Amino acid sequence: MTSPFRTAEGGRIDRATTLEFTFDGQTHTGHPGDTLASALLAAGRHQIATSIALGRPRGVAAAWAEDPGGLVQVEEPFPEPMLLATTVELSDGLVAHGLPGQGRLAEVADSARYDGVHHHVDVLVVGAGPAGLAAALTAARSGARVALVDEQSEAGGSLLGGADRLDDAPAMRWVAAAVAELAAHPEVLHLQRTTAFGSYDDGFVLALERRTDHLGTAAPKQVSRQRVWRLRARSVVVATGAHERPVVFADNDRPGTMLAGAARTFLHRYGVLPGRQAVVFTTNDSAYDAALDLHGAGVRVEAVVDARPAGSPQRREACERAGIPVLPGAVVVGTRGVERVTHALVAPFADGEVGAASPIACDLLLVSGGWNPAVHLFSQARGRLVYDETLGAFLPGEELDGLSVTGAAAGVLDLAGCLVDGQRVARAALSALAVEPAGEDRLPTAPEEVVPAAPLVLWRVPDTSGAEGTTSFVDLQRDATVADIARAVGAGLRSIEHIKRYTTIGTAHDQGKTSGVLTSGITAELLGVPVQDTGTTTFRPPYTPVAFAALAGRDRGRLFDPERVTALHDWHVVAGAVFEDVGQWKRPRYYPRPGEDMAAAVLRECAAARTGVGILDGSTLGKIDVQGPDAAVLLDRLYTNMISSLKVGSVRYGVMCGVDGMVIDDGTVLRLAEDRFLLLTTTGGAAKILDWMEEWAQTEWPDLRVHCTSVTEQWVTFPVVGPRSRDVIGAVFPQVDVSNEAFPFMTWRDTILDGVPVRLARISFSGELAFEVYVNPWYGVAVWERLLEAGRPHGITPYGTETMHVLRAEKGYPIIGQDTDGTVTPHDLGMAWAVSKKKPDFIGKRSFARPANQDPLRKQLVGLLPVDGQTVLPEGSQIVDFLADGRLPPPPVPMLGHVTSSYRSAELARPFALALVKGGRSRIGDTLHVPVDGALVPVEVTGSVLVDPEGARRDG
Amino acid sequence: MQLIECPWCGPREEVEFSYGGQAHVPYPDTPGELTDEEWARYVFFRDNTRGRFAERWHHSAGCRRWFNAIRDTATYRFERVYRLDEPRPVTP
Amino acid sequence: MSPRTPGADLPEHPDFLWRNPEPKRSYDVVIVGGGGHGLATAHYLAKNHGITNVAVVEKGWLAGGNMARNTTIIRSNYLWDESSAIYEQALKLWEGLEEDLGYPILFSQRGVLNLAHTLQDVRDSVRRVEANKLNGVDAEWLEPDEVRKVCPIVNTSADIRYRVLGATYQPRAGIAKHDYVAWGFARRASEAGIDLIQDCEVTGFATDGNRVTGVRTTRGDIAAGTVALCAAGHTSVLTDMLGIRVPVQSHPLQALVSELLEPVHPTVVMSNAVHVYVSQAHKGELVMGAGVDSYNGYGQRGAFHIIERQMAAAVELFPVFARAHLLRTWAGIVDTSPDASPIVGRTPYDNVYLNCGWGTGGFKATPGIGWALAHTIAHDEPHPNVAPFALDRFVSGALVDEHGAAAVAH
Repeated sequence: MTSPFRTAEGGRIDRATTLEFTFDGQTHTGHPGDTLASALLAAGRHQIATSIALGRPRGVAAAWAEDPGGLVQVEEPFPEPMLLATTVELSDGLVAHGLPGQGRLAEVADSARYDGVHHHVDVLVVGAGPAGLAAALTAARSGARVALVDEQSEAGGSLLGGADRLDDAPAMRWVAAAVAELAAHPEVLHLQRTTAFGSYDDGFVLALERRTDHLGTAAPKQVSRQRVWRLRARSVVVATGAHERPVVFADNDRPGTMLAGAARTFLHRYGVLPGRQAVVFTTNDSAYDAALDLHGAGVRVEAVVDARPAGSPQRREACERAGIPVLPGAVVVGTRGVERVTHALVAPFADGEVGAASPIACDLLLVSGGWNPAVHLFSQARGRLVYDETLGAFLPGEELDGLSVTGAAAGVLDLAGCLVDGQRVARAALSALAVEPAGEDRLPTAPEEVVPAAPLVLWRVPDTSGAEGTTSFVDLQRDATVADIARAVGAGLRSIEHIKRYTTIGTAHDQGKTSGVLTSGITAELLGVPVQDTGTTTFRPPYTPVAFAALAGRDRGRLFDPERVTALHDWHVVAGAVFEDVGQWKRPRYYPRPGEDMAAAVLRECAAARTGVGILDGSTLGKIDVQGPDAAVLLDRLYTNMISSLKVGSVRYGVMCGVDGMVIDDGTVLRLAEDRFLLLTTTGGAAKILDWMEEWAQTEWPDLRVHCTSVTEQWVTFPVVGPRSRDVIGAVFPQVDVSNEAFPFMTWRDTILDGVPVRLARISFSGELAFEVYVNPWYGVAVWERLLEAGRPHGITPYGTETMHVLRAEKGYPIIGQDTDGTVTPHDLGMAWAVSKKKPDFIGKRSFARPANQDPLRKQLVGLLPVDGQTVLPEGSQIVDFLADGRLPPPPVPMLGHVTSSYRSAELARPFALALVKGGRSRIGDTLHVPVDGALVPVEVTGSVLVDPEGARRDG
Repeated sequence: MQLIECPWCGPREEVEFSYGGQAHVPYPDTPGELTDEEWARYVFFRDNTRGRFAERWHHSAGCRRWFNAIRDTATYRFERVYRLDEPRPVTP
Repeated sequence: MSPRTPGADLPEHPDFLWRNPEPKRSYDVVIVGGGGHGLATAHYLAKNHGITNVAVVEKGWLAGGNMARNTTIIRSNYLWDESSAIYEQALKLWEGLEEDLGYPILFSQRGVLNLAHTLQDVRDSVRRVEANKLNGVDAEWLEPDEVRKVCPIVNTSADIRYRVLGATYQPRAGIAKHDYVAWGFARRASEAGIDLIQDCEVTGFATDGNRVTGVRTTRGDIAAGTVALCAAGHTSVLTDMLGIRVPVQSHPLQALVSELLEPVHPTVVMSNAVHVYVSQAHKGELVMGAGVDSYNGYGQRGAFHIIERQMAAAVELFPVFARAHLLRTWAGIVDTSPDASPIVGRTPYDNVYLNCGWGTGGFKATPGIGWALAHTIAHDEPHPNVAPFALDRFVSGALVDEHGAAAVAH
């Protein structure tokens, strides 16, 4: 419960509040402002987990998202797999444990909410460190619309983890003032805890805001847990800093081994001493800051081991003053210890040769091999990287339109330089946007820094341990070593992508943030080629892992896809309808009465429509209003049959094909005027047919004066179907002469009902006498109820799509998409009558003449009657030829076609089916077989029209 | 994730658009006179250029108008958008 | 030391994979494209036909295109006879491939579920299952409760926008480790004396009448007796050089992985209506993909809204995935054909063979097409499995339209 490694004062934690948490079953405390990692380090715990393949102890090795060591599983407040202890903000009641390899998903659905926001700005600055803040201030002061996003809990970037001063005061004071100034600009959006994780074309940046995670169990339920920001910026400024790079040596994975900069961060930001006795191993000057700061905080720094022959002349004096021994021309060749480092093995190092090692006792081994600019967003945006020999790192190698990189991300590693560079880059961005920078745009003054001694690029220390590189870890998360890289190279691999795949380096949770460049360097060394030639593997989004649910946002459950319902939906629900998804629509499939199953309900509904009267909500049918002097010309070109000869007041059935001659849709066409048509399409085809028509009209025949508009939702449509339908329509619309003479089949009439315009049409998709009633949806329920009322004496029966399908199938009317599959022509459907022979051309016509269309064995739509009069063939069943022995031969068994529609018919008092059968029409009268559940069901091939082939009913 | 310049609406998000493939492939004047081979070329064969490509786009969730664009299929970058009644721009 | 974590046990790669030879001046056969298809063709040329004076020329790194980028689903439950013939032969080869290659390819026959969410999905599914059975392909139709038994984490409840009405199930389907497969083929081919030549981009062809006499490359001119084009998404770049028109369009196809997770997903699940396909790979990561980006693109990257939609679909079908994390996204370039079936066979040049148009289905065909293409090259006669997929079908109209059955053809 104690925090022995917590400093007496300092850090950006709220010491007045204590948080309790559990890690690996042990209870610890920490403070707001801590991460799980800092609180564990304060308790003296370095080891977080064991490694995936070798089971070696692993600990916190960095202070933020680049940490390869500290993977944890969170259990409370809600299970979340594989997070970094260094990025989990501490909350009261947090329960977590170390994770050796695989995370665990919750067994229940996540109840948290997630959402997304689009935001457009002139300038987006990613990163609120010194360069980013300078850039954001410059942009904000100009009056531009600015967004500043930063992944940490508070602004400051590297300043959070240092002791820098600006304007002769702690640098964090300047940060606070900058944040306050930004908050005062109304056009500035400033988001902390927001990680820009993806960078795409035209200034599109995705960022994840963690809104309530840090509140733990106290997170308000009504607030989304995480939010995806879809930021579109005219100019993106990437100020994402740099990740410190380790040096590889034997047993470099022992807990207590940490990047030097991370130790500084734990000290300054979290008030934690990561150890009491430190050795610092470096190839550059930056680690001296860690040595001096830790020394100042009371850590005994046993040595600074500097691989450079001359060490750092600039820093020697400060170390001497502090009494810190400096060992130039030396390296750490290994460590001792099991769960925690106990000794660093230090050896002289010259010209690549390592001398005899001697141990130095320590509980903390800090390492710095230089800095890798965080070029991820630049590289994701397809920026080219170049290798910098001095830094030993890859830097942005070109200017991108609308995306610039500044500060440490661009290789600028000093504070004053970052400030100046941030301002410069922001000014350039504004200038490209033709925005005038503000006159007053002062930068704070940084103390003059000594020019650091040149760094040494050192990827790895030769392994003198005898382990031959097998304990020299390059990617700690994958347990991948120098030996693995050597083996890959020995296997003949040259490409860095092959090396990655062979060794799995860079494929783990951290996606190679610390290991990537090391691998390039070590591979280049082993191959004897320049690092630039080896290159890096590709940087891919996301920069850090993002929860699936955050990306799903609100598109879940009922909001996954819009639900479309008709004006009658509530009525259907009350009536007990069972619904079917048809495209996005919810359609009643049938209306069971108590005790009825679907078969019984459908038989009843069918009987009503065939013998009395039924009513259907057909409102989902697509409706397209086509207007213009050339409307008929367009339709003649798109339908296979002639539309221009249709008389005003009449209706015609039409078929549309693709250019390949295959049926894409069908429906009726009402001619409303010389220059106006109403087209009905299938429910599922409505949108694509409108697209289809507009595409032809706009792109091929722009000379045609015609416009197409969807009016699907402007009309509800109720087919009133059956021998008594005339009585019902006559009763509801007494002013309309509904006699066959005055209102024949395939005509339409407009009328008025209580001041409301209504359109009636004699259209039949059932083969029965039928009237379709069209009215504004606003009046849909009222008209529907009037029809029901008028139909009551006749037993009017609402029916659903299932009955609609049976009725039409009995008549052999195909459903496009059910009885067709994109390989079926009108001729195949037996609809040669709907293909004009007069028109010189229409879409699809030429394809009918191709050789494959002449094949007599093309599949044709026919009827099937199971010979036993009992079996309802499963839809989708395959059809095979007659086999005398009643058994299937071994596969492959030749197939003749398949059952497209199959129902029990009330009218026929037997089951029947429609099918596409090779040469089907020539097989009428034949017996074929359908395998059903292992048996062969004999079926007789018939024509496709099984009820009222003469059409007497519908025409009457 | 492009920001696409609709010639009528201005720059809009890629999600508002749908793609129409190669531009300047006119419907044949007299399909009935084409050989099967020639007809197949029209129906099925389109260029698949790597690099600068003239192609059709539809602002389907916007003004619903079609337009043409010159876009680089390697970088995805739009170089020009132009109306259907404009000739294909001469590009360097 | 503690025991190895489940999922850590990836098999070791061999100590030696392939030689990196300088290209010779001339080969009997030059295969353009060192992806899965090219390498498999090389292997079977050597193994089945004894043809080893062969070069595989690759513009980047071996198997670095779609082979390195696909979601590794292997199945043969295609609708049409022509498709099921070649994919089923491929599946039979997959079943013996580990032994043939002497390489642990992690072929895991964990089955694939294709979910049905609408009544039409159900009809199409039954149709495909019945066709598969008659073609000797293992296939079953499963009701929702049976789906739950195969994959308990699929959301078969009513609390979903498009309810799961059932699924087709092919038990012999599964996944394999893509790199291992490619490297297995490459190692065998290299051992047999075939030259695998990387960083070798074809920049042109030398022709003599209706014959190609050689390829021009960034590593010099190479004379060729026969040329086979196995360049997937880059096919058109090559055929343009030859003046051959091929009806393929290259599109970005994205995929992604999560972090490593304890086993939760025992099979492969695909859904057309809720557009996603998911498996959990050997190490424990969820591997998934969705549809292609709509526009032509050679950029090996796509738009993020496709990924977002895929995530929505994944969480919709698998509510327990909510807090899994997207770790990495990437894209390949798929060459799609008008009927969603491959284009394989002769070209207007006597000694040039074409193999393209596999769209999103190329990986699962790898051994099957390698076998058939090697046969085609060796006998100068299309193997029966590829004969239906000739270029001339677009003229006759005899397409093999797999759109309906395989809108997500992965």
